[in-house]
Parts: sequence; C-alpha cells; structure tokens
Amino acid sequence: MKGFADMPRAVWVATSAALGGMALPSPAVAHLVTTGLGPLYDGISHVFLSPDDLLPILAMSLLAGLNGPEAGRRTLFGLAIAWLAGGLAGFIFGRALLPGTLTCISFLVLGGLTAADRRLSPTVMLVIAVAVGLLHGWLNGTGIAEARREALGLAGIVSVVFVLSALVSAFVISLKIGWMRIAVRVAGSWVAAIGLLMLGWGLR
Amino acid sequence: MKRFSFPSLRGYEAALTLLILLASALPACAHVQQGQARGILTGLSHPVSGLDHVLAMIAVGLWGAQLGAPALWLLPVTFPMMMAFGGFMGLLGIPLPGVEIAIALSAVLLGFMVASEAKPSLLVAGAVVAFFAVFHGHAHGTELPPGQSGLLYSIGFVIATGCLHGVGIAIGAVHRWPVGRILLRLSGAAVCIAGIGFLWSAVA
Repeated sequence: MKGFADMPRAVWVATSAALGGMALPSPAVAHLVTTGLGPLYDGISHVFLSPDDLLPILAMSLLAGLNGPEAGRRTLFGLAIAWLAGGLAGFIFGRALLPGTLTCISFLVLGGLTAADRRLSPTVMLVIAVAVGLLHGWLNGTGIAEARREALGLAGIVSVVFVLSALVSAFVISLKIGWMRIAVRVAGSWVAAIGLLMLGWGLR
Repeated sequence: MKRFSFPSLRGYEAALTLLILLASALPACAHVQQGQARGILTGLSHPVSGLDHVLAMIAVGLWGAQLGAPALWLLPVTFPMMMAFGGFMGLLGIPLPGVEIAIALSAVLLGFMVASEAKPSLLVAGAVVAFFAVFHGHAHGTELPPGQSGLLYSIGFVIATGCLHGVGIAIGAVHRWPVGRILLRLSGAAVCIAGIGFLWSAVA
C-alpha cells in the first residue's frame, strides 16, 4: 500500500491548493465605499467603477490632447485642483444641491467639442477643465459626506483624475497619424451621444 | 553560496491549481448599483441582436469607405449623435411613426448607395445617415429591460453601434483594389435585398 509520501507531486500541489483555496473565499461584501481597502483606495476604485465620473475625465483628456501640449498641461492641473476644491466644498457643505443628471452636460459639451475638433485657446481649456472639475468634485464630495465616509476618498479620486488625464492627454498629443486623431473625434461623438441619452434617462 | 529559489510549478500543475481555486470560489454578491453588469451587456448585445440594424450600420461604414475622407469620419461621427437624439426622444416617450419601416428603409437605401457607388455631396450623405439614425436610436431608447442601469445600457449600445461602423469601414478598405470595389458593390446589393425583406416584414 502506498503512503502519502508516494503520492505524485501534482496531487500534493493540487490538494494543497484546494485546501488553501477553500480557506480563502468568504462572502464578498465589497461596496463602493466599503471595499475594505480604506478610503483612499475606495476613492481610486470609485472612479473606475463609476462611468459618470470616468467618462468626463477621459473626454476632457481627449479634448486637451487634441488642443496640444499647453492645453494639456493646463487641463492636467486645472482639472485635478478644481476636482479637489469642488470635492472639499461639497464634503463640507454636505448636501447635493445639484441634480446628478447635471453631469450629462459635461458629457455633451466635452464630447461635442472633441467630435468637432474645435481649436480652443489654453485659457478656454483651463476654464472648461475647472468647471468640469468643480461640478464632478462637488458631486463626489457631497456623496462622500452623505454616506458619512472619510474625505480621504477624495484624495484617491483626485489622484486618479491626475494620472488618467496625464496619460490620456499625453497619448493623444503624441498621435501623428491622421486616422488616429479621427478615432479620437469618433470617441468624442460617442461621449456626446451617451450624454444625450443620460439626459433622456434623467428627464424620463 | 547556494541561492534560495522558489519551487517551480509545471504548466499543468499551475492550471490544475487555478481550476481548483476558481471552482472553490464563492460568487461575489457585491454591486455598486443594481443592474450595472446586465445594463452594459444588454446595451452591447442590443444593436447586434437585430440583423436590420447590423446591416444598416455596416452599410454606413461601407459607404463612408467608398466616399473617402471627410465622409469616412463624418458619417460615423454623425450617426451616434443623431442616434442618441432618437434615443432621447424614445426615452421621453415622444412617438416616432413607422420606426420599423424606416429602419428597414435605411438598409434598402444605404445598401443601394453602396451598390450604386453613389457619391452625393457631403451634406446630403450626412443628412441621409442622420435621418435614419434617429429611427435606429428611437428603437433602442424604448427597449431597456427594467431593473438595469440606463447609463451602462447607453454606453453599451453606443459602443456596439460604433464598432459595427468600424467593421463596415474595415471591410470597405478593400475599395482600393478593383476586385474589392466590385465586391463592395455586391455587398451593398446584398444589404439592399435584405432591406427589402425587412421592409416586407415590417409592412406585412
């Protein structure tokens, strides 16, 4: 009769993995603000799980990229700082006076401008970035306050805003092939279309 | 001095371990909001679930490829925005008569344009595509299953429609070769004939 020591290595590995695997799972209780990773990571994950925040960041970055390096630099800092300022104001104020459907306006404006490939001055780009940052930051801040979570989540959100807008706008600036810029404009039209539909859902 | 090294797993051992881990995992019940995943999947699958819509979208791409720049990018930018306008009308409950007939007609007309290699002015081409896009969007806007995320559904169906245009444009790339041009016109004829079939079903 063979003993445990004679078992093939694969069986040992599989048995150990099965025991370990069975010990690992537990009911997932993850939620937007209770992933268990702490408020900073909750903020980071929030952006990736919330298309109503993620899409405007991407659209803003696409538009900034189409408008060149100077617009990209201003957008990068303007958007992130305004997002933080709006978030802190919203968190302190604690109540969302603005309807959530207002975010569809940023979709429409950013998507429409990207699709049209309008050349905008860096100053105008900065104004748009600040407006978008204040609006979405405000809604994030009030959301965090209403859920009675820590304001540190805002830091996570703003860090993603900064990193994503830096990466995406830099990527778009680097595009030299004509059809790739057209692809960016098509993506802008998709964002505008989604914004219009969001408005429909909001008014429904 | 002997260096420490981790024991290596062979391929099948790693696969077996992964399989056991996957099998032993419990389902994650976490959701940020209800209906998120189903919303985007329904949105992605909705445009490809109806052959009339699929053929019309591909025909838009084919026609754009035949017309060349700037129609090549103008048509895929125009379509989603006007489709969203139609969806917006559908969401608000604004009735649009003869939606099914117009969708079938779009396949007939766009197929005919490709088959005849029609080259109208950019304005006319854009107007034709924009007109039919409203009807396609209206059909999408009124068909969200209950309990699903409207935003994710919108994102899904805008992306799926855009990808169908992309398929049409990719196929239309054969236009550069003489044989490709003939094939393209034959595909347009096929779309047109299929459209007549859809029209027959819609009217009957």
